[in-house]
Amino acid sequence: MIQAKNLSKAYNGTTVLKIDHLEIQKGESFGLVGNNGAGKTTFFSLLLDLIQPTTGEIINSGFRVDQSENWKTVTASFLDESFLIGYLTPEEYFYFIGDLRGQNKADVDALLKKHEEFFNGEILNSKKYIRDFSKGNQKKVGIIATLIGNPEVIILDEPFANLDPTTQFRLKKIIKELADNPEITVLVSSHDLLHTVEVSNRIVALQKGEIVKDIQTSAETLEELERFFAV
Amino acid sequence: MLEWKSFFRSASFRTNLALKILMVFGAIYFTLIFLFMGIGVFYLIKEELNLDPILVVNRYLIYYILLDLMIRLFLQKIPVMNIRPLLTLPIKKSTIVNFALGKTILSFFNFVHCFFFVPFSIVLVIEGYDIVSIILWHIALMALVYANNFFNILLNNKDYLFLIFIGAVLALGTLQYYGLFDITSYTSVFFQGLFDTKYLFLLPIVLLISLYLITYTYFKKNLHLDTGLSSKHSVAKTEQYTWLNQFGTIGTFLKNDIRLIKRNKRSKTTIFMSVLFLFYGLLFFSGGIESYNNPMMHMFAGIFVTGGFLFTFGQFVPSWDSAYYPLMMTQNIPYKGYLNSKWWLIVIATAVSTVIASFYLYFGLEIYLIIIVGAVYNIGVNSHLVLLGGAFTKTPVDLNSGKGAFGDKKAFNAKTMLISLPKLLLPMIIYALGYYLINPTMGLVLVALTGVLGFALRNKVFTMIEKVYKTEKYKTIDAYKQKG
Repeated sequence: MIQAKNLSKAYNGTTVLKIDHLEIQKGESFGLVGNNGAGKTTFFSLLLDLIQPTTGEIINSGFRVDQSENWKTVTASFLDESFLIGYLTPEEYFYFIGDLRGQNKADVDALLKKHEEFFNGEILNSKKYIRDFSKGNQKKVGIIATLIGNPEVIILDEPFANLDPTTQFRLKKIIKELADNPEITVLVSSHDLLHTVEVSNRIVALQKGEIVKDIQTSAETLEELERFFAV
Repeated sequence: MLEWKSFFRSASFRTNLALKILMVFGAIYFTLIFLFMGIGVFYLIKEELNLDPILVVNRYLIYYILLDLMIRLFLQKIPVMNIRPLLTLPIKKSTIVNFALGKTILSFFNFVHCFFFVPFSIVLVIEGYDIVSIILWHIALMALVYANNFFNILLNNKDYLFLIFIGAVLALGTLQYYGLFDITSYTSVFFQGLFDTKYLFLLPIVLLISLYLITYTYFKKNLHLDTGLSSKHSVAKTEQYTWLNQFGTIGTFLKNDIRLIKRNKRSKTTIFMSVLFLFYGLLFFSGGIESYNNPMMHMFAGIFVTGGFLFTFGQFVPSWDSAYYPLMMTQNIPYKGYLNSKWWLIVIATAVSTVIASFYLYFGLEIYLIIIVGAVYNIGVNSHLVLLGGAFTKTPVDLNSGKGAFGDKKAFNAKTMLISLPKLLLPMIIYALGYYLINPTMGLVLVALTGVLGFALRNKVFTMIEKVYKTEKYKTIDAYKQKG
């Protein structure tokens, strides 16, 4: 589904990411862990063609991301609040994304209904613009918006940060459900090893821009990762 | 100290030398205009109307003061938010409040009046009016201007007040025009009194001091995060504009653009500016200023009258969407639909301006024809040029701040400048050529034809802009990340 070849990104001569080869299979639930500055967000930004690779290329769904735009129809992502439109109400935002992804109002409404529990009654009909929401509630809006239009690739950067414990639990349920679907590839990055291990069936650890671990999740994975990061 | 740092470290301070020079020239230009107005008003009234200038000025001061308050309500931002971090530091509350209020005194909205009143007062002195009276009058007016400053702080962020004020001014103006009720006959007594008597000037000063005290106590009492310092959250209503669905992708974007303009302070000012531009032509067509009264300058004004929205909104496409540009770049966005939506907005605004500008018919059909031809040129040529220029503008727009609406200095760069030249110069030259070489009507026809020709090239230009968006993509995303 996604291939990175000879990928590297350098700023002013300092290499912040260097991945010689990485292949993510269709249907995989892929977890990216690492400390601050390890290159997680850089990798996702490259994957979404928001920054230009210094060398190498990324292929998503058969299209080189920096040469074609066709991958956009099957890919949905939420990296940070710059993926939200602050002056819209959540409903308007969802319908806007729906319009862009060829979904009518009824489709979007059905999806929102399904995730009513996740919103915890704080999002819909709240008479507030997204810019006036708390960080956690903004995140809820952004995450659910990525599910609109049945995307095949879903990319979430630090989805657990800023969420309250109950919502974290509910989010794990949502991601696991997506992971169970063989048509959907989920990419999640996180600082939190426990959360990542729970929702991913493959985990890659980055350190200073390089892949230092690439493991299929098993009972021992958490322990292995904890040992690695406990320096 | 903190404020100085925020001032010097703001991005706008680090613009390059050429821009600084340009900015200085701009500032000088506006200062000179106000200066000439201040000086000119006196002689204009005296010679044209044969009235005592001080009487006339005093008569209309009530409108001046009301308009000033209106403009402030709309544009002046109150710097209460950046004192939040000071709350937990060991600084006395009274110091914090005094500092915050004191900072508003230095606002441009207060200084700009000096440029008008000081030269006017100096002219009065030269013309032999009583110096003491002038000084007292001047002090009183400045006190009123500052009173407005504090009024604005107290009334801040209440949009409906703005509408009430507009309504009041319009109503008073209409009543006066038709001779039903003349508010100036009451207020001019007061303003004239400021000049004629030696004690009345104390009244505005007392007003100013009491307003300061009221604001001071208000803020001191409410100096908590959840009261005086909380940012206002307006009640949001979901607006679907379902009637726009029939326009497909354009409708999708148009919906958002309408919300963008309605719900953000910065974009609301573009509407305000277009109204101002609408009246800009009066300077040219009323024949008041000799050097403006020629065909070339008339065409210049004709472009401006209907082009206010075009210039102020168009130059920041796609910067209006800078806050969520990464979203736009990862969604499957048809650039054509996106551009088309902005283009239609510009066209609609230009058309509406043209209709409103029909009051220029008062100056004769020819003048209005110039405006209509200007509108055709705006729609046909300028709308494309401004969008093309915007593609090179990499200034993030802070939607929530009214500041920077008056020509953002960072919006200037060589490419945008080059593209802006034909916006005004070309129609002026074409018109002048037709006007002098053939006849005035031919001048108009030629400009209109250029407009129609530009319209025919629309798709070509859109493809070009699309290309620019694509090649400049990474640079633009990066630039928008650095918040203003």
